[in-house]
Amino acid sequence: MFSRKELKKAILTSLWFVFLTMPIMVIKVDAIERTIYWRWLNSLYMAVGVFTVYLLIRLYQHRKNSRQSQAGESGPSVGFLHRLLQNPRQRLLLFAVVGAVVVIFPHFTSTYQVNVMTTALMYVMLGLGLNIVVGLAGLLDLGFVAFYAVGAYTYALLNLHYGLGFWAVLPIGGLFAALFGIILGFPVLRLRGDYLAIVTLGFGEIIRLVLENWGEFSKGPSGISNISRPGFFGIELPLEQAILYTYYLMVLFVIITIFVVNRLQDSRLGRAWIALREDEIACQAMGIDKHKTKLAAFSLGAFWAGIVGVMFAAKTTFVNPASFTFLESAIILSIVVLGGMGSIIGVIFGALILILLPEYLRALSEYRMLAFGAILVCMMIFRPQGLFANIRRHYHYHKKDSSEHDSSGQDFPKSQPS
Amino acid sequence: MDYFIELLFSGLTRGSIYALIALGYTMVYGIIGLINFAHGEIYMIGAFTAFIVATVLSIYGFPLLAIVIIAGLAAVVWASSYGYTVEKIAYKPLRHAPRLSPLISAIGMSIFLQNYVLLSQTSDFLPFPALIPDFAFMEPVAHIVGSTDLAILVTTVVVMLILTLLIKFSKLGKAMRATSQDRTMATLVGINVNRVISATFIVGSSLAAIGGLLIASHIGQINFYIGFLAGIKAFTAAVLGGIGSIPGAVLGSLILGLTESFATGYVTSDYEDVFAFTLLVLILIFKPSGLLGKAANQKV
Amino acid sequence: MKYTLRGKLVASAACVFVALSAPALSLAEDTIRFGVAGAHSGDLASYGLPSVNAAKLVIDKVNANGGINGKKVELLVEDDVCKPEVATNTATKLVSDKVDVVLGHICSGATIAAMPIYKDAGVLVMSPSATSDELTYSGNYPNFFRTIAPNAAQSPAMVDFAIDKLGLTKIAIIHDKGDYGKPLAEGAKAHVEKGGKGEVVLFEGITPGAMDYGAIVNKIKQSGAEVVVYGGYHPEASKIVTQMKKRRMDLKFVSDDGVKDDTFIKVAGEAAEGVYAAGPQDNSKNPMALAAKEEHKKAFGSDPGAFFEGAYAATVAMLNAIEKAGSTDLAALTKVLRTEKVATPVGGISFDEKGDAIGVGFSMYVVEKGNYVVAQ
Repeated sequence: MFSRKELKKAILTSLWFVFLTMPIMVIKVDAIERTIYWRWLNSLYMAVGVFTVYLLIRLYQHRKNSRQSQAGESGPSVGFLHRLLQNPRQRLLLFAVVGAVVVIFPHFTSTYQVNVMTTALMYVMLGLGLNIVVGLAGLLDLGFVAFYAVGAYTYALLNLHYGLGFWAVLPIGGLFAALFGIILGFPVLRLRGDYLAIVTLGFGEIIRLVLENWGEFSKGPSGISNISRPGFFGIELPLEQAILYTYYLMVLFVIITIFVVNRLQDSRLGRAWIALREDEIACQAMGIDKHKTKLAAFSLGAFWAGIVGVMFAAKTTFVNPASFTFLESAIILSIVVLGGMGSIIGVIFGALILILLPEYLRALSEYRMLAFGAILVCMMIFRPQGLFANIRRHYHYHKKDSSEHDSSGQDFPKSQPS
Repeated sequence: MDYFIELLFSGLTRGSIYALIALGYTMVYGIIGLINFAHGEIYMIGAFTAFIVATVLSIYGFPLLAIVIIAGLAAVVWASSYGYTVEKIAYKPLRHAPRLSPLISAIGMSIFLQNYVLLSQTSDFLPFPALIPDFAFMEPVAHIVGSTDLAILVTTVVVMLILTLLIKFSKLGKAMRATSQDRTMATLVGINVNRVISATFIVGSSLAAIGGLLIASHIGQINFYIGFLAGIKAFTAAVLGGIGSIPGAVLGSLILGLTESFATGYVTSDYEDVFAFTLLVLILIFKPSGLLGKAANQKV
Repeated sequence: MKYTLRGKLVASAACVFVALSAPALSLAEDTIRFGVAGAHSGDLASYGLPSVNAAKLVIDKVNANGGINGKKVELLVEDDVCKPEVATNTATKLVSDKVDVVLGHICSGATIAAMPIYKDAGVLVMSPSATSDELTYSGNYPNFFRTIAPNAAQSPAMVDFAIDKLGLTKIAIIHDKGDYGKPLAEGAKAHVEKGGKGEVVLFEGITPGAMDYGAIVNKIKQSGAEVVVYGGYHPEASKIVTQMKKRRMDLKFVSDDGVKDDTFIKVAGEAAEGVYAAGPQDNSKNPMALAAKEEHKKAFGSDPGAFFEGAYAATVAMLNAIEKAGSTDLAALTKVLRTEKVATPVGGISFDEKGDAIGVGFSMYVVEKGNYVVAQ
């Protein structure tokens, strides 16, 4: 099955890892007691583990190669889900099944599961918001959490000082975040790629630090507690029902977001974003106002984050700056990239995986973040384009002998998903 | 005046460490255009290796000088091995993937390495042995500049000189510059690009390991999380100076270190990082590709 | 698309109503469900795990003696990693598991976030470590109790010690901008200004995790302070004292409970000598504390960690209240806790109207030859 050369390579690889993990996994020192623990057993585990994993990967590659040579040159494989979605009838069926599961889900699980799912749905929305900025417009934003914080604090502060309710603040929070999106957008219009990334990262940190330090304004690191939960026609709900209510609200919001983002994507603005992402100069040459388009992307993306922020404050009833760190931005970005940039289904799956995974990995207890990091790397290696790469709209040019189509016979090149 | 000099030195110390880490970022970026988020973790692993080796040696009663040299070498060897391996596992398969995929892979790697050290060692803070002794000749000015500050400054300058010579005159350095200018062209003239990329990771990781060793013995403690914040700051410094440019990384780091120090000294440390990031935004508004970065040519 | 969307809206709305009309279920009680919540993983795990051990020890003993009022006590342990947003999930999980009382949470932020959920469910909560003033002073949480003294007691202890015992009046107050350190520092500042005997020459926050604190150490020196009062945890404190020593600065350093940790002495080494720290009052002569420590050694083979005694005391107090009240009804439990004095490892305690334990306070400790001893 394996050639001698491969086995040799497997052994060398495992030896390399044994060497690599030597000081950190084998030696543990106690500088105070001046004792050294040698844990050689770890080396053995490492060697055996790496050897097996290496061979497994080889096996996978072998099979993939042989399958490819059998199948020969095949077109880009379109995912099962995409095929489902392209057929209107099946699409309806799929929506009905998903809808039914979503609706009855809370009645078959505990309140805890519902709560976790609500959190996951919040990240779906955050992901969809960031998807506008990163996936569609191609602007790498590492400080997206700032807008989330703006939304959350808008609600927390207005609720604290003026007693405004959830529904009153919801649009305000969104608009406020959008305003911040424009404020951030202006200075960075000229920046490209990774320069933009670091400035947005800095912006996110600045917002968090101001919230942390300006105690008179934001109550500092102690945070704001006792924020009202979403009102239900003026009735205060008991906890369990409030959680259920929040869940359904979140489902509703996600549906609205999906609908809006989907329409946005196909709109004139959406196509301008995609053009901007592909080639800025060509895009300008086509007469698209680059600045306006970029600002629109920033503010629309931020808007959703602001809405989720309000929701977050209402759900946890407590906000403090510690919830809005860079790691949060990184997770949201991972959702977008993992799912497949620009793809709505991708973002939904990305969010569900990344948020539910650590929750259900709790069984692994302390190994859960280790597994999380490893899974992130593996997913990228095996599916660099994301789980569901966005399928571009294809326009096929068929030569027809009838002349009636001549006027509309533009030649669109068939583009591959990127 | 004394106060000014004190702040100047503490800013320079901080800046030097940023520079050692920022160089790794900027070199990798220059060659493969990737923000290597796991670089901060390499710095942490370098420091941890030095910690383990130094403590073991001191238990066996080695003299201080021997400990410093062996621990330093071990830190460099292992950190660069990790850098090399991380590149092979997490970035090489993604050479032709969409631009953001390696970034996520890097974030995953960073989380993985942090937790790997956390689980293999401990979550506690550990006392790092004082590898840099208090020099007797520094005693008269010890209230202004500490011995470790001096050691950090001198080491950084020496390392920078060696690096500059390496990049300017060695065959490897020339290959690196060629690869960063145009990878395809470099392949055509017979440069083994994969080998050059590996070498870049090795050199960058070695610098980070030296930084890790110096800063850990300066502040006397270590834990698995030190790489994260250091990494972000060094990355900021690299961008400030113009990412991809080696002198830029050094300049950016020093400016960042000094800004933080003077902001703390004359204004308030509450907003230390706000000053740093505001400066960054301002500089990028007026020089969109950093202080010494080359404006990227746009194909029309 | 549009059509299905509308259908879904209707369906969701319908479901909300179905859900609201469903009455809350009540389970038959056959055991007493004792929840333990706090950081059991992550970087603050060392603060949370000792309370799990304490609860285990007490409950095993109680169950071996036939339980309380004929019912066995069941332990439910949930991790909140000290994060507010996780803590709400944790609390919801405990409440939906029909928990009767909760020991926890460990961090103030997480506790504040979780409290409204317990309050709605009428669950008694007792923390061994959450020191935020808001928990008891705001009056928002009548179901909250704690076996540690609040920050409002800690900052005056630190300041009074610096001014009255050490006789130093020029004070630099430094904090780590965190939800634990900053309120402590602000409390200290207010106390100095109110007392009128001392003077705050510097009030600054530092960035936790920064590479070095050279600049802030210079600033402390420049301010002419005689003593540094620090609010925060030990990693930053040990960096500051180490760097002060390197600069040959001979200032007194007075800090809080977060620094009164043996790790601080290990990490700061020689620089730790002579550092003062406030901590829960000295219980080393209390026979119950000694016995609890022995039990821990026997069961887990190591010395107990931070907040162990407080957690042990809280477990004892809550179980005692359940026994005396004969139920787990919140009002009955509250009444017993406020009126009955119970012997615990932190002394004989009862609770005041706000929920703070009467009879616990802070002592000042000093590092001498690598150990914390009570400062004279």
